[in-house]
Amino acid sequence: MKISNYIKIYSLFLSTSIASELEYKTNVIIDFITAILSLIGSIFLLTIFFQNTDNIGGWKFEQALIIQGIYTILNGITNTWFNPNLTEIVKHIREGTLDFILLKPIDSQFFISLKKIAPSGFLEIILGFALLIYCIKINQITINLGFIILCLTTLCCSVGILYSLWFLISTTTIWFVKTWNATEVLRSFLYIGRFPLNSFSISLRVFFSIFIPIAFITTIPSEVFLGLAQLWEILIEIVVSGIFLIVSRKFWFFALKYYTSASS
Amino acid sequence: MEENIIQVENLSKSFDISSKKPGLKGTLKHFFKRETKSIEVIKNINFGIKKGEIVGFLGANGAGKTTILKILCGLIYPSQGKLSVAGNLPYKRRSNFLKNITLIMGQKQQLIWDLPPIESFYLNAAIYDIEKFEAKKRIKKLSDMLEIEDELYIPVRKLSLGQRMKSELLAALIHKPNILFLDEPTLGLDINAQRNLRKFLQIYNKETDATICLTSHYMKDITSLCKRVICIHEGCLTYDGKLEKLLKKISPVKDILIICKTEKDAIELRNSGFIIKNQNQKEITITIKKNSIKSTLKNILNKFEIEDLYINEPPVDEIIGNILVKNKV
Repeated sequence: MKISNYIKIYSLFLSTSIASELEYKTNVIIDFITAILSLIGSIFLLTIFFQNTDNIGGWKFEQALIIQGIYTILNGITNTWFNPNLTEIVKHIREGTLDFILLKPIDSQFFISLKKIAPSGFLEIILGFALLIYCIKINQITINLGFIILCLTTLCCSVGILYSLWFLISTTTIWFVKTWNATEVLRSFLYIGRFPLNSFSISLRVFFSIFIPIAFITTIPSEVFLGLAQLWEILIEIVVSGIFLIVSRKFWFFALKYYTSASS
Repeated sequence: MEENIIQVENLSKSFDISSKKPGLKGTLKHFFKRETKSIEVIKNINFGIKKGEIVGFLGANGAGKTTILKILCGLIYPSQGKLSVAGNLPYKRRSNFLKNITLIMGQKQQLIWDLPPIESFYLNAAIYDIEKFEAKKRIKKLSDMLEIEDELYIPVRKLSLGQRMKSELLAALIHKPNILFLDEPTLGLDINAQRNLRKFLQIYNKETDATICLTSHYMKDITSLCKRVICIHEGCLTYDGKLEKLLKKISPVKDILIICKTEKDAIELRNSGFIIKNQNQKEITITIKKNSIKSTLKNILNKFEIEDLYINEPPVDEIIGNILVKNKV
């Protein structure tokens, strides 16, 4: 199928999802309010940490806010796309409705990952970007095209890593049927990404760099924002993201061979 | 000779299934050391289906009918055997194969729950790469045939089960598939909705020459749609042929309803050694072997004063029920 067809299908995914969500007006409003309160709460928590000290792990409050901004964007992306779609994989497999997806002449990973969106996550993405713009101002960061490209590249890589991790865990449902808890653990690890990696002990730093690559998800993009990131760090982030995306895709097709569908 | 559109040779499928003993001890054992065993749910099955045929798959729950349909449409990998559907290996799920088939499951739905069905139809049309104008034409035609023009714009969650099933059918047929796999499509529908659905499938088959593979526990679905049936019992194919022939083969008896003129005749007839199926004052239904109809009738007409007499086949449900329960093929 051509790319243009996928774009057309995605525009229909968007319109049907937004229409579905807007059927429940109060729920959307509550989600919007939750997004705003969640950001306020996180910033408040950060101010408490910095109340008696100027820096944590070598990061000043103004710099730590960048991590918060990136975390808010990623959380927004998680809430907009990953949460409504990837948690549904478990449901599709348990109830056997994955059958309908697998029988469509379209890439099943594309369908299952992007079919739904939750519009409230958009607000978080906007708030995250607004916070980043504010951070650029207070940290007196000079912007140029190279800076924007680097920031967006690392941000895209972060999204890629996070998506792949979530998708990998959800795919294991084909064997284990129920893996809600594993995706919840991943989400709680993402909360850790709100704080600079240097603020943790060495052993935790190693764990969050290798096993659950939180470092790649929030810290490196933040360092790029502050001009602290090394080129090798950015390259590793790109490579890690590519590897994760390829592995998650291969793993999906491998797992489908073991799909037995639910009984009727 | 016309080539088969579906060809299955020596098809087998095994599943690893875990079992658990009752009680806490059993639960703990199941949690720490799960015992699984391989169960062969499809055993060395062979059949071929020609283009335009409507074939009913008969069998009790768990016989393996749905598994066969799911293997044929490419959802499940077969463990052994050769199969070809419209010239394709189904489990490869190639785009041109998927555009040729559809699967409708009575107990599962693909329509977007909170939106009117028309939104799902246009989404499916885009997935199957159908132009909007053409999609509009197909939706109009199919909704006319299914009589759901008014329901197209009502959210799916507000539709009745019958209307929802019709909408599911429309969503599944928008790409004009040549092969339809229907797994209990009339499940839960009322008599009228069942009849309408069957009527639609008959017309659709006639107009498009589509091949239909159907499983159903409603015998009326099978008897009114399928000339040919395939019986499956514990994963084995036990019969493949005409439904009519099957009914003759497994039911070598007929029911005769006799209305006697007097109570006295009725009492005497009851005591004449026939197998009595039903009795109600002067009305008696006896079951006799098909090859002895002539002599039995002669005997009855000579001995008793008869007001009226009807010869019936036993109800199809009863006969097929016997196949499902006792595997009397």
